[in-house]
Amino acid sequence: MNEPIIQLKHISKQFGTVIALRGISTEIYTGEVTCLLGDNGAGKSTLIKILSGFHRPTEGEYLFQGKPTSFASPREALAAGIATVYQDLAMVPLMSIWRNFFLGSEPEIGRGPFRRYDIAFAKRTVKEELGKMGIFIRDPEQPVGTMSGGERQSLAIARAVYHGAKVLILDEPTAALGVKQAGVVLKYVVQAKARGLGVIFISHNPHHAFVVGDRFVILRRGRIYGAWHKEGLDRDVLVRAMSGSEELDALKHELDEFARRDVQK
Amino acid sequence: MLAKTDDDRRIRVGLFRKVVASPEIGALVGAAVVFIFFSLISPDVFPNIVGLSRVLDPAATLGIMAVAVGLLMIGGEFDLSSGVMTGTTGLLVGLLAVHAGVNLWVAIVISFAFAMLVGFVNGYMVVKTKLPSFIITLATFFVFRGVNVGVTRLVTNQVRVAGIDTIPGFELARTLFDTEFQFAGATFRTSLIWWIVIALIASWILLRTKVGSWIFAVGGNPDAARASGVPVKAVKIGLFMTTAGAAWLVGMMTAFRLRSALSSQGVGQEFVFIIAAVIGGCRLTGGYGSVIGASIGAMIFGITRVGITFAGWDTDWFFSFLGIMLLVAVLLNTYTQKKAAEVHTPKAPPEPEPVRSHPESPS
Repeated sequence: MNEPIIQLKHISKQFGTVIALRGISTEIYTGEVTCLLGDNGAGKSTLIKILSGFHRPTEGEYLFQGKPTSFASPREALAAGIATVYQDLAMVPLMSIWRNFFLGSEPEIGRGPFRRYDIAFAKRTVKEELGKMGIFIRDPEQPVGTMSGGERQSLAIARAVYHGAKVLILDEPTAALGVKQAGVVLKYVVQAKARGLGVIFISHNPHHAFVVGDRFVILRRGRIYGAWHKEGLDRDVLVRAMSGSEELDALKHELDEFARRDVQK
Repeated sequence: MLAKTDDDRRIRVGLFRKVVASPEIGALVGAAVVFIFFSLISPDVFPNIVGLSRVLDPAATLGIMAVAVGLLMIGGEFDLSSGVMTGTTGLLVGLLAVHAGVNLWVAIVISFAFAMLVGFVNGYMVVKTKLPSFIITLATFFVFRGVNVGVTRLVTNQVRVAGIDTIPGFELARTLFDTEFQFAGATFRTSLIWWIVIALIASWILLRTKVGSWIFAVGGNPDAARASGVPVKAVKIGLFMTTAGAAWLVGMMTAFRLRSALSSQGVGQEFVFIIAAVIGGCRLTGGYGSVIGASIGAMIFGITRVGITFAGWDTDWFFSFLGIMLLVAVLLNTYTQKKAAEVHTPKAPPEPEPVRSHPESPS
């Protein structure tokens, strides 16, 4: 096993009197998809905000590439190679695809006062990069707000990959998508992993996670409830672990439904 | 499936749609309509070079402000102190040079530094408090509105600083900021040249540099901009400082042109700047707009003002006219932006009902 790119040691986070996270220890490896699962309020958002430099942990150690790290801002984390694709996508809907793609790291040409945005390069690159992911756009001038949810999500992933992310944090990338579009996004998640990125996939959908994940970490009420490797893991175990025992009966019924439909097909 | 090269769900974007979707188009149509309207009413005096020079005179100083205010609006903020600052900066030069014996050029530089400071404080308070800039700059506006009159009366016992033209260096300063020159048989002012140069530079920055992208981004979605590594606070503060800088320039123009500075100078003008920017296609909530559009908005203002005078109408009606123009422009621009967003999204066919909920299952 290679060295983990990110190591968390006993990370805790308190907001006033609320303990959002308690003693979180886990590792993220490159070339792997680590799924972070948990119900609403489990602490997923707080954890990714610590990973991406928005928050600093109250306690515990955050090691990036083996060294203790404390990112002062998302910008620092981004510069170090930790890119986060948020649920709300961090896109500017009224702005064109190419401007969004290069937002915050614009290519430039020219000298001194004539330093300017290399627009031709930007448009060409956007087309190429999206093409590599199987998305073909006719007009890079198109405002991002006019793209479909899946396209936007894929654009956000393509952007992070292009800008040299080593770790890609995806916050519920499939939550708002239809089945087909979710499938497309999941494909890009696997592609990003194949390119050697460490992917952190946050979800509350164990079915989506199971398809792409290599390792699974389940958070519940601010603690790690369990962690699994994909080998030999049954999806039911994941689904069961995701939910509290009181809901198990209801879920069991639902699972049987799924199983029956799978058999029928 | 997602878009392929020949996605039949994508309609081709015609030239017409593209033109309709550009932010300036409403202002351009508006300017043409207003121009034709007043040309028909006063065919002898209006549509010629002299008429044009008369129109461009008020349009120039307003245009400079509209460009800066337009940039600020695209960046998602307002500055209600922009009008009063054109008075404050002029008064400051007058008070320093006439009453404190400061060298004129030093006074001009101090006034500029002061404007930068006010712009910075405006911006800093907005990004720190996260309050609407409307409120913050409304406060600045009233503070300076009071200071302008209070300090002027305290020093001069009048409500204006007179005698700016008696200071050594006045002629050169006037030549630089706002003097007359003849061109093609009509009288123009140097403020016009300032306006054209500033509008072109601002448009270049907005459309052709990374800072321009940042301005669109901080106005369109500040959270996204921050997450992408755009220095949101610096951009916003910079825009407030740009607006204050433009107010300083217009303040200099006005003071050297009138040879004195009025303590009421610029009060009420802030809304005219905003109107010009909005007519020019700048979105009230930020993220969309054009400085060329804002400049055309200033032209409409000039055409209307001069047109009403030429037509021999009561100029009292000018503001009513401006109000109607604003309303029409906002409606037109909202429609335009909706069209712009619609261009690529004809109704998608409904997703077929999924048979299974997870795509990897064996079939």
